Amino acid sequence: MAVAAASVPRAARRAAPDRRLALAGAAFAAPAALLLLTILLAPLVVLVLLSLTDYRLGAVAVRWVGLANYAEMFTDPVFRRAIRNTFLYVAFVLPAGVFGALAVAALVQARTRTRSFYEVIYFLPVTSTLVAMATVWQFLLHPTLGPVTPLIAGLGFGRLDLLNDPDLALATLAVIGLWQMLGFNMVLFLAGLSAIPRELYEAAALDGAAGAIDRFLRVTWPMLSPTTMFVTITTTISAFKVFDTVVVLTRGGPLGATDTLLYVLYLEGFHYFRTGYAAAMTVIVLVFLCALSLLQARLIERRVHYA
Amino acid sequence: MLPVKQRMRDGVTRRDGAGEGVRLVGIAKSFGATRVLAGLDLVVREGEFLTLLGPSGCGKSTLLRIIAGLEQPDRGSVSIAGRSVDHLPPAERDVAMVFQSYALYPHMTVAGNLATPLEMRRLTLLERLPVIRHLSPRRRRVMRGIMAEVRAVAEALRIEALLDRKPAQLSGGQRQRVALGRAMVRHPAVFLMDEPLSNLDAALRIEVRHELSDLHARLGTTFIYVTHDQVEAMTMSSRIALMDQGRILQLGTPDELYDRPASLAVARFIGSPSLTVLETVADGGGGIRLGALRLPFGHRFAAGTRLTLGIRPEAFALPLGPEADGPAFSARLVRAENLGAEWHLHVRLNLPGEPSAIVRLTAAEHEAARACGLMEDPLTLVLRARGVHLFGPDGSRAEPDRARTVMME
Amino acid sequence: MRWRACLASALSHVMLATGAVLMLAPFVWMLLTSIRPAEEVFGAVFNPIPSRFAGGENYAQALFASNVPRAMVNGAMVCLGILAVQLATALPAAYALARLRFPGRGILFGLVLFGLTIPIQVPALPLYLALAKTGLLDTFFALMFPFFLTVFGLFLFRQFFRTYPEEILQAARLDGMGEFEIVWRLAVPAALPAIGAFSIFSVVAHWNDLYWPLIVVTSTDRATPPLGILAFRDAETGGNYGALMAGATLITAPLVVAFLVARRAFVRGLTMTALK
Ligand SMILES: Nc1ncnc2c1ncn2[C@@H]1O[C@H](COP(=O)(O)OP(=O)(O)OP(=O)(O)O)[C@@H](O)[C@H]1O
Ligand SMILES: [Mg+2]
Repeated sequence: MAVAAASVPRAARRAAPDRRLALAGAAFAAPAALLLLTILLAPLVVLVLLSLTDYRLGAVAVRWVGLANYAEMFTDPVFRRAIRNTFLYVAFVLPAGVFGALAVAALVQARTRTRSFYEVIYFLPVTSTLVAMATVWQFLLHPTLGPVTPLIAGLGFGRLDLLNDPDLALATLAVIGLWQMLGFNMVLFLAGLSAIPRELYEAAALDGAAGAIDRFLRVTWPMLSPTTMFVTITTTISAFKVFDTVVVLTRGGPLGATDTLLYVLYLEGFHYFRTGYAAAMTVIVLVFLCALSLLQARLIERRVHYA
Repeated sequence: MLPVKQRMRDGVTRRDGAGEGVRLVGIAKSFGATRVLAGLDLVVREGEFLTLLGPSGCGKSTLLRIIAGLEQPDRGSVSIAGRSVDHLPPAERDVAMVFQSYALYPHMTVAGNLATPLEMRRLTLLERLPVIRHLSPRRRRVMRGIMAEVRAVAEALRIEALLDRKPAQLSGGQRQRVALGRAMVRHPAVFLMDEPLSNLDAALRIEVRHELSDLHARLGTTFIYVTHDQVEAMTMSSRIALMDQGRILQLGTPDELYDRPASLAVARFIGSPSLTVLETVADGGGGIRLGALRLPFGHRFAAGTRLTLGIRPEAFALPLGPEADGPAFSARLVRAENLGAEWHLHVRLNLPGEPSAIVRLTAAEHEAARACGLMEDPLTLVLRARGVHLFGPDGSRAEPDRARTVMME
Repeated sequence: MRWRACLASALSHVMLATGAVLMLAPFVWMLLTSIRPAEEVFGAVFNPIPSRFAGGENYAQALFASNVPRAMVNGAMVCLGILAVQLATALPAAYALARLRFPGRGILFGLVLFGLTIPIQVPALPLYLALAKTGLLDTFFALMFPFFLTVFGLFLFRQFFRTYPEEILQAARLDGMGEFEIVWRLAVPAALPAIGAFSIFSVVAHWNDLYWPLIVVTSTDRATPPLGILAFRDAETGGNYGALMAGATLITAPLVVAFLVARRAFVRGLTMTALK
């Protein structure tokens, strides 16, 4: 009897099962939601507000300046140079990063016994600490101590100081960036390649596409196009964010030849502490990145259709 | 002092709701705009084997999940053993469920799977946490008891050799048994089963069907069993609730559903091959006209009312011996199928519109008919009294009950 | 026909091998220099193989006279701290997003998708100001805090949990498991491969990260591996390249060795970001 009496209020007190699940859900999500709020949302709001002020870290007075920071940006030679350099860098890295990786992937895919050997070697730079490897590159490219300068001189190009030549510094950084990311793109392409059904090649062969070039143009390239689009976007985004090699190797020099967006942003925000101005710059960077990511999201949706 | 949950469970099972297993009152459920259950009432008697039978998508699984508390109905209430469980979470309703996919915990051994429901009930949360649990001296003792029960159940199901395997290392039939065992260890007041045989091959299905019937007889617990397979329903059930589109069309024993279908829909769903359906008209004197024939039924429809006649395949006979003087049709044979023990004749009746019909003969009848030259086209078919059903314009049964033994003129 | 196939195969080997040499060259150079005596680094003669093994002194200097070991210990602590909080917050939240209905679920998931597009550089400025105001700059907390939130982890685990069979969850609820227990007894064990891949991704990302540590860390005590090697280089201006390369080797080694040991898991973990 006591049992029944005890169990009735227990049941009544309890929320309906659906409510319990909802409560559990809210409780589980709460910590992450709180982090999302403090690490992402609140900073975004503050960022946009800051970009409308002339705030400098440590300053006593703050003024609203409206869109003045944005206006300044477009007349600021440093910022304009940074934009130009960043896009140039992307323009260097992108074609080589995509087509180079595709070529490597196609060659590696065809190997049977040595396939994983090459995979490891090409992927190695992706896992290694870029800052540490950049110091190695610096040494490699050192005009008197490194082996690259004499090698190039041996090929008849004269003694070049690649990192200190305003015409070559950015391209040199691009080569290092390429070295770092090639293996990553290769793996994506390898995944794409192995997803192409064998039967398609066999059907193409029956249809008369016998040569390697025919096969590539009729089957591989069209079937790979979602992967290619995708690799293009991810490469663009990561090239757009070039930073580590600039800090380690050139610090924007020589003569601003390697000032890139993130590096300039870093200097303005955390060296000169022109917070308001840096905030405006960040907003611009964000707009670029969001546009690219939206494009990427669209492509992912398309990929699902293809797959 | 027993843990609270166990005390509660005991309280639930021991308190008899006057022979009542599960009572459902006005259960309604919609998913968005789709109405899945439309105010459904059902009383399941204690200890009976009740089958929810119906076509795919009619809401059987939903109803079962509502009983288990895994789904909340929009309206209506559920009581188990005479006690409302609407506010109880699934684990405290004292029901166990066997899922169609078996839903075994993939990373646990068979023993772990079987022990889990008991661990949840008999160990405190601290005693279930990793590492910390080893601090409890009580846990060792409780676990020994649990493992003994697990072994007993495993022996009963003849899976004791599999206790250390993971579900991925079991065959379909073995998995099915483990799922059953996980339900049995708890000694629940009600077993819920959602198409537990549908993932087994045909031979195994028959074997497990018998085992389930035996199990039910042995345990004497209430079983609620979902299937869309009428053979399973007919062979295992104490009673069948035939469902369609979120309501119960008829609730009754397998015999009742087959011999006295409450509606044309029920008659059509039960029985294979399906019964022959003929459109007819009431003649005003309690009978119907079918071509030149008149069949008396004792119904009360006015002359000219459109009625439907349903004829089970075995209600047709060939004019052999005692059947020879029933009401007769002539028919054209389209195709004869030999199923070994019986024959199915696909025929077209010599009536307006040449309706098609299926006739079931035993192999012996077929043999005798052929010997007497009765298999020559056109056939003469005689109608037996048993297996002929009349339905009104709304599809519900039209004969008065006593008309089961209707006599032909 | 046969010799053409042979030629094609040989050609492809030559191309791949050339590429492989270029990919490996920096690593080889780093290792060779790390065992090269100082006088040879600056010597006029160019000699790829060191004339004598000077690894002992170079590595000794990197280990005992530099901040590199300290930076590596810091790096390990920061990476593990970040990972622990990421898993502790993301796993239950992802389960809730995938499997439970609660008010605000749609908004939260929308924000997660939005967050996927936002790199650390965007909230860096306000976060820096907040840390400066609270006097938390140059602490381990400052190094880790922005990464406690992992929208990528949330997204990944949610996708994973969505594929978990609903019937098993229902069986667990019937067996008496609460939602919390379902997470750690069922969902987490099932998600172990995804958790492993994510962990690799997270540790690699934060071990190598330069931007945020460069901003919030000033003291050498808090240096992470990239800062450690930078400080070593700058302190050694014109100094011993052998020791610097030894330091670079030490900092690169943990991840590279782990990669060589668990190749598949690494490739999966690192490309997961792209493949989602
Ligand atoms: N969670 C849900 N959300 C939306 N609709 C649902 C949900 N669950 C079930 N339904 C719908 O409810 C209807 C009944 O589903 P239910 O699973 O109960 O059918 P069933 O009778 O068990 O069918 P089957 O024999 O195929 O298992 C179906 O139309 C189904 O699409
Ligand atoms: Mg179902």
